[in-house]
Amino acid sequence: MEDFADKGLQVVVGLAIFAAIIGLIMLVVDRAPKSGREKLQVAGFLAPALILLAVGLVFPALQTSYISFTNRNGEFVGLDNFVWMFTQPEALVTLRNTLIWVVLVPLLASSIGLAYAVFIDRARGEKALKALVFMPMAISFVGAGVIWRFVYAYKGAEQNQIGLLNQILVWLGQEPKQFLLDAPENTFFLIAVMIWIQTGFAMVVLSAAIKGIPTEIVEAARLDGASAWQQFRNVTIPTIRGSLIVVITTITIGTLKVFDIVRTMTAGQYETSVVANEMYTQAFRAGEPGRGAALALVLFLMVLPVVVYNARLLRKQKEIR
Amino acid sequence: MQKRVKQRLTSRRATAAAIIIAVIWTVPTFGLLVSSFRPEDNIKGNGWWNVLTDRQFTLENYADVLSPGGSQSPNLLSYFVNSLAIVIPGTVFTLVLGAMAAYMFAWGRFRGKDSLFIFVFALQIVPLQMALIPLLQLFTKVLKFGDFQVLPSGTYAQLWVAHTIFGLPLAIFLLHNFIAEIPGEVIEAARVDGAGHSTIFWRIIIPLATPALASFGIFQFLWLWNDLLVALVFSGGGADVAPITQRLAEIQGSRGGEWQRLTAGAFVSIIVPLAVFFGLQRYFVRGLLAGGLKG
Repeated sequence: MEDFADKGLQVVVGLAIFAAIIGLIMLVVDRAPKSGREKLQVAGFLAPALILLAVGLVFPALQTSYISFTNRNGEFVGLDNFVWMFTQPEALVTLRNTLIWVVLVPLLASSIGLAYAVFIDRARGEKALKALVFMPMAISFVGAGVIWRFVYAYKGAEQNQIGLLNQILVWLGQEPKQFLLDAPENTFFLIAVMIWIQTGFAMVVLSAAIKGIPTEIVEAARLDGASAWQQFRNVTIPTIRGSLIVVITTITIGTLKVFDIVRTMTAGQYETSVVANEMYTQAFRAGEPGRGAALALVLFLMVLPVVVYNARLLRKQKEIR
Repeated sequence: MQKRVKQRLTSRRATAAAIIIAVIWTVPTFGLLVSSFRPEDNIKGNGWWNVLTDRQFTLENYADVLSPGGSQSPNLLSYFVNSLAIVIPGTVFTLVLGAMAAYMFAWGRFRGKDSLFIFVFALQIVPLQMALIPLLQLFTKVLKFGDFQVLPSGTYAQLWVAHTIFGLPLAIFLLHNFIAEIPGEVIEAARVDGAGHSTIFWRIIIPLATPALASFGIFQFLWLWNDLLVALVFSGGGADVAPITQRLAEIQGSRGGEWQRLTAGAFVSIIVPLAVFFGLQRYFVRGLLAGGLKG
């Protein structure tokens, strides 16, 4: 109990310090002299966030970029780490897996989420149905890892199965299977977990977007005699395009950085590793920060086009406004 | 008319497909929940779907994972408290700082505003993995004066700051979208009355943006609760600071065959997010969507 009181005290002190800092900023921007007041106020509001970002993201990103050109002793080695990445079979498997992840997860999670949102739109019990599919979003990757390792659990053919999928195989008259061990299909079984988690997010956002479509448009399409499929293609999809892009972007970025699922289910063994996991392994386990940094840099380059595309959309929106 | 629309959209096949999806999405979790209440031998002996004929339930698994004990014991209660202690301040810090910056990006007047905003948005590009090593060095080597560490190791402080940093780009982006939609007349009127930015921010923006703050806050809460990577790097790993996800991952790694502990442990770890989720889900998306996600 003493232990918990100590922990509570830490939280209270932390919150108090934070409140004091914010209070101080507010006090200063309020009392600023008239000349240059606006500037000082802007600075006061932005500074905490921008300083944290500069120190915590911008500077580290630059430093990591530099580290990626050094070896384990910190000596400059040019492109060696990148050569390693694109020539070693293990590293190539990692890259290949990441590509499979980043294509399949956003595509399938968004499609299933969209289909489900359309299917249950205005159905009875819509809220409950939504909650069921959205629930995995609330579960940690680690928790999801446990859940799915249990679904995939393997026992020899002569034993009772405890994993649901193998039991289904047995019921169908098949041999039970080592879902997580057999490459290359084990990667797909890991991907299934990520889709299971992300679909709910896609579904909820897209469902809200569908509900935001003005009824007049839907009515007009209906009066024109459009079939359900035509309505979906020509009205629903174009109207919710913005949301669709946001959903796909978010899931893509999340997928590129995915780490916990692989880490907890196979630890990247049996040819299931992805860049994000390999980066952790190289930098923190194998003592090869240069290689880890190079992998992080490649990850960065993979996310880059996605974010640039979105930033351009954002800029366009701002110009319209 | 309502009825006809309904018939069109919910054809039988669509309903069937929806039910199949709902079942696939629910059964894995349900199986784990059932298993967590079964005695060890039963979990390992046959599948959870046999509970109808094999009706034995126990709370022993939970008692085992929660009770304090030696290093062999999962001792989850202590890690559970750590998770709370990490997540609550982490969420509050991100929300307040994110809202302050978002407000200035939406309503402040300064040069280069849009470019700076897009730069901040683009920071989502930086994978956490890139930032971890330098940030750790910063905390332990640079922010240190003699023996005094500004953010001491072995406390929650490093985790709070790290989580805040990593949450800020998205917080600023989403909250900005909402805050920018607040009608300009409201803010102009306050300005004419002589209100400064701090007054406008606390008296007008925060109350009006509550739905957005609530929904982003819930998401941030869930993300931090579910985090593993940041915890692995900054917590040091002991029962003093490390969150429950980290402990669960350890149990899974070292004793993956102990299904009775894993199932009960997994449920302890997801109970708070599930409670938050089911309790607050109506706030979830409404606020988040109001601003930015329009077509």
